[in-house]
Amino acid sequence: MKTAAEAPTRIRSRWSAYVTTTRYIVLFALVCLFLIPVYVLLVTAMKDPAQVSPSRMWQLPDSFSLDTFGAVWPVLEPGFRNSVLMAVPASIISSLLGAANGFVLAKWRFPGADIVFPLILFGMFIPYQAILIPMRELLTDWNLVGGLSGLILVHIIYGLPITTLIFRSYFVTISDELIDSAQVDGAGMIRTLAFVALPIALPAFAVSMIWQFTSAWNDFLFGLVLTSTNSWPVTVALNNIAGGQVVPFHEAMASALLASIPTLLVYVLMGRFFMRGLMAGALKG
Amino acid sequence: MSEKTSENQAAPATTLTAAISTREPVGIRLENVSKRFRGGVEAIKDVTLAVAPGEFVVLVGPSGCGKSTLLRVLAGLEEVSSGRIHIGDKDVTTQLPQQRDVAMVFQSYALYPRMSVRGNIGFGLRMRGIGKDERRRRVEEVAQVLGLEHLLDRRPAALSGGQRQRVAMGRAIVREPQVFLMDEPLSNLDAKLRVSMRAQLTLLHKRLGVTTVYVTHDQTEAMTLGQRVAVLRDGVLQQVDTPQQLFHHPVNLFVAAFIGSPSMNFVHATVSNGAASFAGVRIPVRPDSPLARGDRKVIVGVRPTSLSLASGNGQPELAVTPAIVEDLGDERFVIFDVDAPRVDTEATRAAVEAQAADDALLVPLDRATFTARLPAGTPVTVGEPITVALDPDRLHFFDPATGASLEEATSLTRGASSR
Repeated sequence: MKTAAEAPTRIRSRWSAYVTTTRYIVLFALVCLFLIPVYVLLVTAMKDPAQVSPSRMWQLPDSFSLDTFGAVWPVLEPGFRNSVLMAVPASIISSLLGAANGFVLAKWRFPGADIVFPLILFGMFIPYQAILIPMRELLTDWNLVGGLSGLILVHIIYGLPITTLIFRSYFVTISDELIDSAQVDGAGMIRTLAFVALPIALPAFAVSMIWQFTSAWNDFLFGLVLTSTNSWPVTVALNNIAGGQVVPFHEAMASALLASIPTLLVYVLMGRFFMRGLMAGALKG
Repeated sequence: MSEKTSENQAAPATTLTAAISTREPVGIRLENVSKRFRGGVEAIKDVTLAVAPGEFVVLVGPSGCGKSTLLRVLAGLEEVSSGRIHIGDKDVTTQLPQQRDVAMVFQSYALYPRMSVRGNIGFGLRMRGIGKDERRRRVEEVAQVLGLEHLLDRRPAALSGGQRQRVAMGRAIVREPQVFLMDEPLSNLDAKLRVSMRAQLTLLHKRLGVTTVYVTHDQTEAMTLGQRVAVLRDGVLQQVDTPQQLFHHPVNLFVAAFIGSPSMNFVHATVSNGAASFAGVRIPVRPDSPLARGDRKVIVGVRPTSLSLASGNGQPELAVTPAIVEDLGDERFVIFDVDAPRVDTEATRAAVEAQAADDALLVPLDRATFTARLPAGTPVTVGEPITVALDPDRLHFFDPATGASLEEATSLTRGASSR
């Protein structure tokens, strides 16, 4: 028993050793290719200002220093704060509305649902540039230009097609009997959604949050057009650091790195909800 | 109670007594209920059915016969296309499921995966605004009845199939509804557990006395559980009767073929001069039967238990050669051909396919195939001719064109009127 566990008999072809080695070499080469920009980002951000120049961009710094990060943070901080204040509500509200949409389209069918759903999806394919000017005019009329609330509203609305799609796809997979059961137990639509459907939909919620947070955080165009200097999100602020007369590469790189941390963080934190099995136990063994 | 015993047995009957207060049972009335789905499929056609207060009625039929739809209509999960539904003296036809005082147990159990067993059982009470303390008390009472006390804080995922089934039952019981609706609640259990749960369901119904409508495709389950059984075919109610009546006095070919295992044997025969004959056997018809006068073609139905080895007691006899002998321990199923045309009507086919009966279909001949259910010790060998006797008093006669029972003409009206 013990020896069997230590040396399991594998079914494998004669060439498998070579095939495996080759496969790993190819994969490693592709990973390196993929990571080259990240390498330049990291090393440039940690270089001494004097060492930064395009001709020496591939070289490692003589000494690693985090000083540049400290230097750019005060400039970046207001934009960073604005982005958090904007992206968090934009992604939460958009995900909740998307969950309600998806639930109704998947499980609380109404006449015409098959027409409404494609129409909602249509929203994903409208180019932002096409509606930029009318949108700004409309928000000006509503007195929502300049501050963050207009930007939040726009991100909520533009997130709805994708969040609806994510939740609808998820809710389609859950059993109809679960919804029927909640109804017979006395729950109406809202309470069925809140008590039964949403708790099961945590994986969809995580996907939706990651997607929405990332796209709201990374957005530049809406932030530039709809906000004034005090309310600039981090992407616009970043552009200002990098967009001066002489480009201080190390500062640009350090700022970019800082600005990308929240999206990475959201992925790391939310990613664990991706796990499967949240439906386990609902149905027959 | 150990894990093992709680899996297979409910708590002892004594603990079940006053734990759950029951209300005055109410009846259910379906009047000319029809259900047509968008797309034109008519799942239920003009069903009229009355369930007495406290009665246990089983809806049975092959898959697609509309029995589950009928249950969903009762629950309010589907709207009727026409007809009325009454629960007690209230017309609930247009009420939402949450307004009707019914509880439903689903085939898949449909437990809420993110709630504990306690949360699952108490959900209906919570939705109905019952306070936390009372909820807790009632959930614990029901949990005790069903032997779930030690599992209250578990999630459904951590339960076995039988335990999940009991949580689903508990969720229905705790609400003390006017009506229980059960949609094949035992079909996902393994065979042994199913038999013991069946007995427990009967006990539970006796104790609670709540009007229950139970859907199954398993005729054994229907016969053992139902005080009355309603047989459905293609959305049409065929017969509503006690299991005994259904078995001994089926109103048509479909009911005759559907009820009973192994299925009833059928053969084409002609009646003349007061006797039915097929394959060279003449079977005298009872003189009081409407068949005793006149000549006509009929379908004769013979239960496998109405056949025995000939013992020379004057019963009509049939010389046959066994093709298959199935030994079941305390009985033997003997399958043989009869020299008469096979009965292959839509009704018998629908009923037999529903039970996936392989006995009749294995011999695809144009001759009729019979199954006889004989005692274990009967000396029968495949290929060696035997003589079997038919009990002339236990034959069934059907009209070949309509499938309606001929011999049971009197009980037909009785069966149809006892709705």
